[in-house]
Amino acid sequence: MAEPVIRAEGIGKRYQIGSLQTGYQTLRDVMVDTARSTLRRQSDDRKMDSNHIWALRDVSFEVAEGQVLGIIGPNGAGKSTLLKILARVTEPTEGYVEVTGRVGSLLEVGTGFHPELSGRENIQLNGAILGMRRAEIRRKFDEIVEFAEVEQFIDTPVKRYSTGMQLRLAFAVAAHLEPEILLVDEVLAVGDAAFQRKCLGKMGAVAQEGRTILFVSHNMAAIGRLTEETIVVEGGRIVMRAPTSEAIDHYLIAGMEQVGERVWAGDQGAGSSVPPFTPLGLRVIGPNGKVTAQVSTAEEFELEFEYALDESISGLRVGLYLSTSKGEPVFTTFDTDDPDAYRKLESRPAGSYVSRCRIPANLLNEGRFVLGVNASSFGVRSYFTDEFALSFATDGSSAPGSHWPEPRQGPVRPALEWEILEAAK
Amino acid sequence: MSVESLPISKRIIQPSRGWLDLNLRELWEYRELVYFLIWRDVKVRYKQTLFGAGWAILKPVMGMVVFTVIFDRLAGLSTEDIPGPIFYFAGLLPWILFQDGVNKSSASLVASRSLLTKVYFPRLSMPLASVSAGLVDFGLSFLVLLGLMLYFAATLGVQAWAAPLFVLWGLAASLGVGLWLSALNVLYRDVGYVTPFLLQAWFFATPVVYSASMIPEGPWRILYSLNPMVGVVQGFRWAMLGIGEAPSLLAAVSLAMTIVLLISGMLFFRRMERSFADVI
Repeated sequence: MAEPVIRAEGIGKRYQIGSLQTGYQTLRDVMVDTARSTLRRQSDDRKMDSNHIWALRDVSFEVAEGQVLGIIGPNGAGKSTLLKILARVTEPTEGYVEVTGRVGSLLEVGTGFHPELSGRENIQLNGAILGMRRAEIRRKFDEIVEFAEVEQFIDTPVKRYSTGMQLRLAFAVAAHLEPEILLVDEVLAVGDAAFQRKCLGKMGAVAQEGRTILFVSHNMAAIGRLTEETIVVEGGRIVMRAPTSEAIDHYLIAGMEQVGERVWAGDQGAGSSVPPFTPLGLRVIGPNGKVTAQVSTAEEFELEFEYALDESISGLRVGLYLSTSKGEPVFTTFDTDDPDAYRKLESRPAGSYVSRCRIPANLLNEGRFVLGVNASSFGVRSYFTDEFALSFATDGSSAPGSHWPEPRQGPVRPALEWEILEAAK
Repeated sequence: MSVESLPISKRIIQPSRGWLDLNLRELWEYRELVYFLIWRDVKVRYKQTLFGAGWAILKPVMGMVVFTVIFDRLAGLSTEDIPGPIFYFAGLLPWILFQDGVNKSSASLVASRSLLTKVYFPRLSMPLASVSAGLVDFGLSFLVLLGLMLYFAATLGVQAWAAPLFVLWGLAASLGVGLWLSALNVLYRDVGYVTPFLLQAWFFATPVVYSASMIPEGPWRILYSLNPMVGVVQGFRWAMLGIGEAPSLLAAVSLAMTIVLLISGMLFFRRMERSFADVI
């Protein structure tokens, strides 16, 4: 293994909850707080501790030169805090990191743009902010402009740019940085599909050049494409470091104890859904009519979503999103895909409903799948979304062609009709 | 891959301790950024204004006209036997340099909030650039001062060589105050409200519209000189117009105070810097 360029030893970051909530303190707050804590000091020292949270704790890892490491985890797990420490934006509360080489970060596009300055001026300014030398900026200038596709507007103030143009320009500058270590945080969450593809392509190219990259994203497909190894961060700790496919698998499956069934009880459902819609449960139903976490690929099974409406909703459509445990989408289907069904249910009156979908036999391959659910009035509003609602496994022991024991590629393994003809003599 | 002239450096990131690490070397490494920030401040300063850079000149000129009418003609305050307009103008130039510097730098960190929470650079470069950018305005209005002096037939004495030193001194005072206020502003937005009053009081504690010779001799003089700008404004006027006494013990008090302000400002700033991204 190559020499590590990043070596983190037991780093932790503690935040004060009070100041996080209020944003910033006024002088009066401080005086009041100081007076209060002076009075209280003897009585409850312990209370002070509950005002702090550890966003990151005991994090140790190494990254070898040229490695592209993914970082995944739920929101608030501490991924961004970790990158901020590596980028020296914020100091760790404990522990240390040894970094060899120049660190560049691609944290959020558009930071450091000044709306009054032209595209040309902003490229120079932003480059300098990101740590590029003047000569370097000059050399790459044309390349950046070309990548951003803003040649015509290069001398127009950036405030007249469309959001898309600003985004492209910002990414272009950052992507042409040449640090030895590049930190990338969720930059792909913005922009249209074409732009995202372009960014991914550029990042792939950067990785090819042998630079070390740390890549934080919720986009599992992107993580899977760009990285070979990934760490999973949860609750401020590294819970796993493994080859990417395994890590993604772990992350997507983690926290889905009730595999095969997902129940949204009271508060949990109400918190993430918009009234009058209330999700109740999502289930995988086997051929025997019972909830199951494992189905045979050779038999048909059902996916059902139970929900309640407090008032009638017009144009409601319930969708199921199936993806593999690596995050690749398999299919999307809606309960009102049939125009007749849609017309009949133009408006769904208040009440409880079950939308049930039958998955034919011999469709899916063997493996683990993740089911997401969404309820919305198309183009009007979304009532409920849970991208990783539950997971289930498929058993392919009686799938077509199972007399050959080798695993088949791809998420589907359909039984297809074959004809075998003898060519005419 | 070409990362020119950059040696592979090993860096340790860890909780910082202590007060006495100014790390000016790093600021030097980032000098190009400081240059770009100054350039940005200068470029942006008068964007989308009708008069553009004309404001750099209009501001002191308008002040001078008002002061001449009120303090010279109506109140009849002493201008040490030189024409009121150049007396006031020569006092206003270093004062505006100081005032703009304090204003801009105290807001500099908060204004770049998004940058501060996402990219690393020596934070000192922000207030430093804000203060330095005022030099361009100063340069423009300095030309006007020369024109006025020509008009009023005032001559430059040999002591004029010292003028740049007083300008530098003014910058240092401005930066000292700016460092304190900008760092405090990150924590307490009260600073934004306090600064105008602070500057207003400071203005009257500085010999811009009157001559420092009005202050009675003795302990009051010493106390008065604790204001760094007393030394700067008096000194600049002495250098340009040859009035008042040459910098003396009192100027030394002002200078010492400036140095105290600047160094304490830097130390305080460095101390607070660690938590900027977390609390801003």
